[in-house]
Amino acid sequence: MLKVENLKVNYGGIEAVKGISFEVPENSIVTLIGANGAGKSTTLRSIVSLVKPASGSINFLGENITGKDTNDIVARGITLVPEGRKIFPDLTVLENLKIGAYMRKDSLEDDLNWVYDLFPRLKERHWQAGGTLSGGEQQMLAVARALMSRPKLIMMDEPSLGLAPLIVQGIFDIIREIHRQGVTILLIEQNANMALRTADIGYVMETGSITMTGSGAELLVNEKVREAYLGN
Amino acid sequence: MSKKKSMTISAILFLALIVIIVVLERMLPPTHIALAVLKKGCIYSLVAVSMNLLNGFTGLFSLGQAGFMLIGAYAYAVLTIPVADRASVYMYFDGGIIQFSVPVFVGLLASGLLAALCAWLIGLPVLRLKSDYLAIATLGFAEIIRAFFQWDKLGVVTNGSNMLRKYPTFSTTLFPFLVSAACIGVMVLMINSSYGRAFKAIRDDEIAAEAMGINLAKHKRMAFCVSSFFAGVGGGLLAMYQTSIQAMTFKSSMTYEILLIVVIGGLGSVTGSCLASFLFIASSEWWLRFLDTEMTIGGFKVPLLRSGFRKVVFSVIIMVIVLFARRGIMGDREFSVDGICRFFKNLGKKKEVKQ
Ligand SMILES: Nc1ncnc2c1ncn2[C@@H]1O[C@H](COP(=O)(O)OP(=O)(O)OP(=O)(O)O)[C@@H](O)[C@H]1O
Ligand SMILES: [Mg+2]
Repeated sequence: MLKVENLKVNYGGIEAVKGISFEVPENSIVTLIGANGAGKSTTLRSIVSLVKPASGSINFLGENITGKDTNDIVARGITLVPEGRKIFPDLTVLENLKIGAYMRKDSLEDDLNWVYDLFPRLKERHWQAGGTLSGGEQQMLAVARALMSRPKLIMMDEPSLGLAPLIVQGIFDIIREIHRQGVTILLIEQNANMALRTADIGYVMETGSITMTGSGAELLVNEKVREAYLGN
Repeated sequence: MSKKKSMTISAILFLALIVIIVVLERMLPPTHIALAVLKKGCIYSLVAVSMNLLNGFTGLFSLGQAGFMLIGAYAYAVLTIPVADRASVYMYFDGGIIQFSVPVFVGLLASGLLAALCAWLIGLPVLRLKSDYLAIATLGFAEIIRAFFQWDKLGVVTNGSNMLRKYPTFSTTLFPFLVSAACIGVMVLMINSSYGRAFKAIRDDEIAAEAMGINLAKHKRMAFCVSSFFAGVGGGLLAMYQTSIQAMTFKSSMTYEILLIVVIGGLGSVTGSCLASFLFIASSEWWLRFLDTEMTIGGFKVPLLRSGFRKVVFSVIIMVIVLFARRGIMGDREFSVDGICRFFKNLGKKKEVKQ
């Protein structure tokens, strides 16, 4: 579904991503794990053209989307849940959700019901300003907002960041549920344990390069991964 | 309350305002200061809302409002001066080169369109700048425009640094009221549409807005052009109100006045901008006038009251408002029929609890 080849991204001369290649098959959950500053967020941002790649190609559903405008890419069915939630604090929950569907012109009724079913909490609080939600609720809103564009591929940048273990569990349940309903998922996580348990395929990224790859279960028992990312 | 019901009440309120204006015009002598305040208040409401659309709703800190008003005022005046009067108005420029004139509404439309065109042209380079730099660039633009319109070489069109006059004006307060109301109505529709939502998203978080597929450059430019369009129309109305204009008077202090109104009314509140406009104009031109005249009560000369003291008191009042109501009198809320009903219902409930 998504095929990234030899992707390089620079920030003013510093290479943040040094020619990585990976694939996200249709209907899979793929995770990208790695230490702080490895270039994970940069990779996701370049897929939706929020930063322009220096070289390499990004293919989505057989079409080259490298360097296309972000709105075009969103309209094609890729959506990003940005790092640190980045919900719109002064807009209500409902307005946040409507912005998520900005690229679509058709009726939103069904989709609102869909995300309200996934996140009943948001329905109760639809009139509340986004910035006044709790951290967990804000993360739910960020995911729900992304779903409003009816994506084929949803990319989540550390959705469990700063959340209590019970809420993290809830977020992962939602990820599985969204996946079950046919959305492909590319997940970045610090919580490597949870991520690898959930994912079909995992990639390990170190300072701008992919150094290991395998199924989630394989990586979970890999010596090096255990040492570096699982803390034992 | 149902949407329909609150719409009806709003419509009734609007009609009531019209009736009040008509009655006031009948009762008061035509030169009464209250009528002047109402007229200018309407015009400033329009300009303040247009500035709020940019600064409050889209989060673009622009200080070019006086420049766009100037463009609008000149477009209106230049295009509507009757052909017969051109020789006397443009007496240093052989009657000028424009030898036709258009009806009032075409002139006002042209005011807006010319201002919007200028905004579109400078939008591309200027809107890339962030916050303070955007403010400096738009302020600079307004100053350049002011000098440009006074340029001798352009005198055949702009009359150089001389006054433009003898163009059609209005006498009834209903005229600026209805034109401003219609324009503000259009902006409110826009703010409540998906475009308005996109503007607010850009204000809240540019990167997230872009990630949602909102084209930042396009939307910022759109907000800038629409805001400038209505500032231009406001300029045209101001020209009509003043009966004569001169580029010199569109100083940056005019932009600051409007910015103050927007801040006092609340960034992101349309009704706040309107209320603040009337309060601002009424205080600065009417209610505080007495501070400028010396007064003796029973042989005792009241100290401090002298010409210029009004400005001092006014500045103090504004400082107090900004200090104590940091988000303006309305915050980002709106004054609505629903809101008032809710307020009274809650009041009723509280009383019941007390008993
Ligand atoms: N806008 C930017 N300008 C300059 N350098 C940047 C920018 N964004 C990221 N970088 C640098 O690029 C490198 C990769 O950053 P990135 O955010 O992709 O890491 P990450 O893997 O997501 O890390 P984390 O797990 O901490 O979120 C880092 O060294 C970072 O300092
Ligand atoms: Mg990151």
